Amino acid sequence: MYELLKQIVRSGIKSEPSPEPDENLKIINQRLHEDILKQFGRSLAIRHIDTGSCNACELEIHALNNPYYNLEGLGIHFVASPRHADMLLVTGPVSRHMETALLRTYEAIPDPKLVVTVGDCSCSRGPFEKNYATIGNVSRIIPVDVALPGCPPSPRKIMSAILAAIQIKKPEKNTYIPEIRSFKPESDA
Amino acid sequence: MTDLKELNIELNPLPGAIPATFAQVNEETLRTTCRACQESGGRLVAIWGTDAYHQASQNRFTVHIALVFAQGLVCLSHPILNDPPSCTDLGDIFFPARRMQRALFDMMGIRFTAPDQRPWLRHGAWPETLFPLRKDSNESLFYQNTPDPYSFIQVTGEGVHEIAVGPVHAGTIEPGHFRFQVVGEKILRLEERLGYTHKGIEKRFESLEWAEGVKLAGRVSGDSTVAHGWAYVMAVENLCGHTAPIRSLWLRALALERERIANHLGDLGALGNDGGLAFGLSQFSRLKEDWIRTNDLIFGHRYLMDFIIPGGVNHDVAHAQTIQIQHEVQIIRKEVQHLKRIYDEHAGLQDRFLMTGRVLPDLATDLGMIGLAGRASGIAFDLRTQFPCTPYDALNVNMITHHNGDVAARVIVRFEEIFESLRLIELILAKLPQGDVRSDIPEPPSNSIGLGWIEGWRGEVFVAVHTDSRKKPLRIHVHDPSWQNWPAIEYAVMGNIVPDFPLINKSFNLSYSGHDL
Repeated sequence: MYELLKQIVRSGIKSEPSPEPDENLKIINQRLHEDILKQFGRSLAIRHIDTGSCNACELEIHALNNPYYNLEGLGIHFVASPRHADMLLVTGPVSRHMETALLRTYEAIPDPKLVVTVGDCSCSRGPFEKNYATIGNVSRIIPVDVALPGCPPSPRKIMSAILAAIQIKKPEKNTYIPEIRSFKPESDA
Repeated sequence: MTDLKELNIELNPLPGAIPATFAQVNEETLRTTCRACQESGGRLVAIWGTDAYHQASQNRFTVHIALVFAQGLVCLSHPILNDPPSCTDLGDIFFPARRMQRALFDMMGIRFTAPDQRPWLRHGAWPETLFPLRKDSNESLFYQNTPDPYSFIQVTGEGVHEIAVGPVHAGTIEPGHFRFQVVGEKILRLEERLGYTHKGIEKRFESLEWAEGVKLAGRVSGDSTVAHGWAYVMAVENLCGHTAPIRSLWLRALALERERIANHLGDLGALGNDGGLAFGLSQFSRLKEDWIRTNDLIFGHRYLMDFIIPGGVNHDVAHAQTIQIQHEVQIIRKEVQHLKRIYDEHAGLQDRFLMTGRVLPDLATDLGMIGLAGRASGIAFDLRTQFPCTPYDALNVNMITHHNGDVAARVIVRFEEIFESLRLIELILAKLPQGDVRSDIPEPPSNSIGLGWIEGWRGEVFVAVHTDSRKKPLRIHVHDPSWQNWPAIEYAVMGNIVPDFPLINKSFNLSYSGHDL
């Protein structure tokens, strides 16, 4: 236990230590906090769903919780159930095998809810073209508030995307009624 | 392992960076060769199929099977003569063949005479009469959802109940379904169902030139982008009879070892967290962030994507940057040594790790386990040691193994592999040859095959590239080591309690995307 405590002291506080990239991050942090307070009370709860990502975007979402970015320190945290969430963070090009799971997860989040897509795949730019197994764009299944490109986007960019979504004013009751249907290739938006 | 000469089959050497031979066999020889391989301590690497529709070939479908013998890879090609196409079951010889055969039916419609005929990669997104990898498949017919009945094997008895988990899990991880049969807290049986992230990668490969294909290969599994990228270009370079400049091969190894360390750092943190020590996650994720920020500075990408290209690497590493890496290696080594002491001495953590999720060596051999999880269960195989390609033949890699096969063993192997990879990085930087890092690859021959085989952090990644009569890609098969190790988790969790499942699963940390393709 002594060694453990010593290591904590020795490591110090790593959040935003370097002046260059982390200074920008700090500004985002402060703005983010105000917006959260306005719209969601004291915290923002995010539910993540992987709809067929290669796992690189997941690695960057994991990194958001490391001491450098310290997302949880701002009152933003990831939750296990969509019913506890304010925001859905979607990665992947939507494999057709995940279409129903994506819809159900979206429906399970209480209104008002926000959707942020992370990564090239989720907004039709990725290496996985739409084909027999892949829909290729999250916005064809559920309404998207912010679409963040990148392969994968850096944790800082993911933070700015979350911020951008919080600034979007949403109606109290969601008017979008999703239905489970088969994807047709002709109906490309 | 059996001597290849005793097999009585005509083996043609496949030139390239790995020892590989190729043979055409009939059904009987296929079985006897597989049996000889299994009995002599060899094992199955991958099963895939090709469709020669439109090609001037006598038979349309061929099943290909890659095996490991003491002398290297043996690729057996078995032409399928019957219609509808079917092939003898190899699941009784090689355990991992079972799911691969089911997947091959879903993708290409070659039916194996196996007891389990349930679909594997196909869910309800397209009818079971359609096969996406067939050359005459009409994609517009695929867009009709069909019922998706899937019968899990149930356990009955007093107090037995079922827990269904997924495809969406509680944490930030990839999707898959786990069906537990439990009594009280104790797991009697686990059955996995994967395929949720299937996105038609192998079909997509067929329409891509080599330079584009390597980008896709780098995104088969985002945490193994170097391993998959290298295996892909190795297959292409072997196919074309080309050797990339020596310096680029050393830089590829540098990238591969950096990828290994990044993933091990991340996993050790996550395992600490799952074992109830959040301190471990904070510390290791800090080290990982430092490590991948250096990747970003030197290689231009935090996860090293698109660094490896056909014929070399994308850019050189300057001398000043090698000094920077050497400096970083020393810091990370010291930090990890310190954290290892804390992990070793933490009674609560060791209590969660020890004897949890055990796969003993005999079972691991039967299951055909490979890679990191295999080595933690006494399977002494590491491509960098057994069949080292350049530059590993000059590095004398120390293989790390353990015989306990529990979560603790997989943690120890990760720690030791970090130290070994740090040593390798120092050695690579000290011996890095001078020269170009890019070259043009020649045109590939027609109707040929090239194989790539690389020991990634999770295990060996295998890629087979076939060309057609117009020298274009006919079929690209990508095989992630997760195929071999996913079934092992079903055995590892037996008799453990449900709350230990996340810890056991994390200690394997297998790829869903790399498996589902």
